Amino acid sequence: MPKRISQAQLGGIRKKNVQADRRTVELIRATADEVNTRILKQGKPDLKFPVRALSNVVYAENKGYFEIGRQKKVRTLTVNTVKAFAQTLRMMSLSKQLVETHDFATKRDAYYQSKNWGAAMFQDQTESDTVMDDIEALFSVSAINREQLRFIPDEHGGAVAGELVVYDPDLETGEIERIDCTRFGSGAYSIPSLVEHLSFETEAKFILAIETGGMFQRLQSHKFWKKANCILVSMSGVPTRSTRRFIRRLSEEARIPVYAFVDCDPYGISNIYRTLKVGSGNAAHINQFFCVPGACYLGVTPEDIVEYKLPTHPLKEVDIKRARDALKNDPFFLQHRAWRKAMEMLLKMGVRAEQQALAKWGLNYVMEEYLPRKLKSVAAFLP
Amino acid sequence: MRRERQSRVRVPAGRSQRPVDSPAGQRPVPVDQQLEVPFDVAQPAVDAPPAVAAAKPGEELPRAEAQPRIRREAARVATGPRVAADGEARQRGVTRRGTAARQGRSRASVASGSSGGDIAQVMASKQREISISEFFAKNRHLLGFDNPAKALLTTVKEAVDNALDACDEAGILPEIEVQLEQLEEERFRVTVEDNGPGIVRNQIPKIFGKLLYGSKFHALKQSRGQQGIGISAAGMYGLLTTGKPVEITSRAGTGRPAHHFEVVINTEKNTPDTLVDTTVEWDKPHGTRVAITMQGLYKKGRHSIDGYLLQVAVANPHATITYISPGEEGGEERLVYARTAEEPPREPRAIKPHPHGVELGIFLKMMQNSSARSLRAFLKEEFSRVGDKVITDLVKEVTAAGLQVTAGTPPRRVPVRDAEALHTALGRVKIMAPPTDCLSPIGEDLLLAALRQRVPQAHFYTAVTRPPAVYRGNPFQIEVALAYGGDLPADALAEVYRYANRVPLQYQRSACAMTKAVVDLPWRNYKIPQSKGALPTGPLVLVIHIASVWVPFTSESKEAVAHYPEILHEIRLALQESGRRLGGHIGHSRRVAEEEQKRSYIQKYIPHIGIALQEILRLTDKERERTVATLTATLERSRRM
Repeated sequence: MPKRISQAQLGGIRKKNVQADRRTVELIRATADEVNTRILKQGKPDLKFPVRALSNVVYAENKGYFEIGRQKKVRTLTVNTVKAFAQTLRMMSLSKQLVETHDFATKRDAYYQSKNWGAAMFQDQTESDTVMDDIEALFSVSAINREQLRFIPDEHGGAVAGELVVYDPDLETGEIERIDCTRFGSGAYSIPSLVEHLSFETEAKFILAIETGGMFQRLQSHKFWKKANCILVSMSGVPTRSTRRFIRRLSEEARIPVYAFVDCDPYGISNIYRTLKVGSGNAAHINQFFCVPGACYLGVTPEDIVEYKLPTHPLKEVDIKRARDALKNDPFFLQHRAWRKAMEMLLKMGVRAEQQALAKWGLNYVMEEYLPRKLKSVAAFLP
Repeated sequence: MRRERQSRVRVPAGRSQRPVDSPAGQRPVPVDQQLEVPFDVAQPAVDAPPAVAAAKPGEELPRAEAQPRIRREAARVATGPRVAADGEARQRGVTRRGTAARQGRSRASVASGSSGGDIAQVMASKQREISISEFFAKNRHLLGFDNPAKALLTTVKEAVDNALDACDEAGILPEIEVQLEQLEEERFRVTVEDNGPGIVRNQIPKIFGKLLYGSKFHALKQSRGQQGIGISAAGMYGLLTTGKPVEITSRAGTGRPAHHFEVVINTEKNTPDTLVDTTVEWDKPHGTRVAITMQGLYKKGRHSIDGYLLQVAVANPHATITYISPGEEGGEERLVYARTAEEPPREPRAIKPHPHGVELGIFLKMMQNSSARSLRAFLKEEFSRVGDKVITDLVKEVTAAGLQVTAGTPPRRVPVRDAEALHTALGRVKIMAPPTDCLSPIGEDLLLAALRQRVPQAHFYTAVTRPPAVYRGNPFQIEVALAYGGDLPADALAEVYRYANRVPLQYQRSACAMTKAVVDLPWRNYKIPQSKGALPTGPLVLVIHIASVWVPFTSESKEAVAHYPEILHEIRLALQESGRRLGGHIGHSRRVAEEEQKRSYIQKYIPHIGIALQEILRLTDKERERTVATLTATLERSRRM
């Protein structure tokens, strides 16, 4: 069982959260102040956004993930941009207000908030989403993410179970709630949309990120986390922002590795696992917060298909296309020779295998045989 | 239209051509009657002496005239046999659908089926000359008299063309009055009066009562009329449909008497028959007035007389045109297009034909008629741009072709075969383009002013006059003007006013080179929407004018200009130029509109910047107002145009 966190430590957590919020507010204020000062000097203020295009995305080898480049798009306040400028500033004002009142807004919330802005209101949500993305990019330069601006995604995160205690400060009272993830019975802790304010306490040795809810349920119900001393996280397909951020923060703060356990097909490898580990090129400006560069790949590997004589299905046309494309263009695969070999092997075999295929050898074969055997040779995991 | 289409036709002997179609049911008419007195007496009225028969082939009994047409037809059929007798009594000619096929002198032998030689004989007896008037009486559509509505418009057009031509030639600023009176449901009287130089007494009958009589056919000169068919054809149509003669009043100058004539055309002989020839009191110091009574249909719309006269006014800014039309409840409506130019157009000069524009047949005829002593003199005298250099080059070509003729051969002695080679050789010799000062375009300024005046609802106008160019040796010049925007219909196809020598072209729009040039131009480049293969869509009126010594029409009714590549090219260039100007204008208007829109943004959104900054920076209201005021000033300064 995890040891209890001390009162002093809790105070520290609280203080840290308050400081983070203060920094967010200060950045918004500074940006606005710059604009105002420029106006009063009879100049045209501008905002510098990082260019959000694939041409401005680089793969940071040392960090192991996609990063936004240095190109900046300067939006100067002119007659043409006055509407977008007004909306951006009002959205920033909303963010400041949310931080100050310890509240949050989803994209949809923000859109409806704008309906109170008179002429500056958004006509539909795509407009407000664009402005929100702009602000996110603007502040990502200062290492502040959208969640810290209190704009949260609509979708919540995956499920968590295992040797973990989460400290969650109450929005209204600031009182810290202690959540023991071993005590959910056959259920699980659900990762909230906003994870920035959480603190963790754990003695687990690793985090197991699982693709399917079914596999997660099996391992949870049979208390595999107890046996292996780990934390189970269900991703349910491509992990959401909050799941990724949760895994990232947890692995960093507890200094424990992340092992991914997904289907052996191009989608599981190049979409789910790769997104978890290095993020995506499309949203490069947020990868610094969301990817988990320390993750590695437990299985199912192409070699496992052979070794465990797993039942397979033929690769679909889209799978083949996705795999070829990854081999050709994806910096992640270009970077990792082991992955190129594995992907080529998969293409050569022309088949795919799911996590549940292990059930061929018995429903609990996966936790009785497969995972323990795999975990004995962690060094052999694919990067 | 009338059913009595057939008239007697004689084809030259030796050609085994059957006479024109002979519908069944026709009744024979004694042949002597036909030949000697081939015309109906149109009307027993009109003070004409009975001996002078009004030419009126195939017209009904005079009595029947008051009755509705269809009933008359029926009556005619029912009383068939008697009609022949009546006809005889009244010196009528062919009232029936009789044709030569059944009326020949050897009718009996045909019926009995005689031998080949006899048949040739029989046929020979039926073969005779076709009068040009007869030909057009049957083929009236060739002249623009296909239907009653069109006939009315064509008549107005021909009379107005003549009036304008006469005034222009005399250097008089035209004052033209067109009056349309509705006599019956389908019967009208068209009167066109001008202040032109008038017509001398002797010429009046020929001009109005003889086809292909005129001054313009042989002159290579820019004029509205060409062949001398128009007005006499209109008179002929009136005669055919109502039996009324053409009434002409004309005074050829102050102090001279005003002559009044009533003339009918003798279709068989293509000669005028004068019914009335008197002098009358007339308040005009000089001018001509022609009145034609005819069957017609009065229509509004695209092919209306109103629309036609509007278009005439656009291309003839120096003319004042008054139109008196039947108004509501028997009244009359008066519409005046006052002149916008006080100078008559420059009188175009007649030129000699250019060697490259002359066809072989005409070339041969010119050689036959020439009194020149040598080919050298002939070519130099009869053609433009033929000098010693051309003659030298021609001689080289001719020698190379191995011909016997030399520059000294008298043109009449040149054998036909050699003449043909000569004509070909002439085509190969490089000859300077014909002189182009013979053209009299409307001019950009006048065209623009006229369009502004006549199509006042637009807000953008432009006009382009191209420099003269040449097709097949004929000089021509293209002008384009356009009116755009304003209250013109925005969702309709563009309106195209086509003109040839200032005459609006009304029909056969799609057959015309002008329409083709418009359709082929990519209007979207000029910010005007256009469906594939169609006229552009938008609030657009296009004026296209071709001025030429010889406008190549696709038919005698002069409704469409032929697709000569040179002409198409010039129209295209003119359209492009005006299109570019229009595109520039539309672009500018859009930019101005956008600018307006953006200016309104300043008022609309800057307060929100103030609010946001106030919220974030906790500004006082005063500070916020200062920020807003400063920013507004900064932005407005930057937008000043």
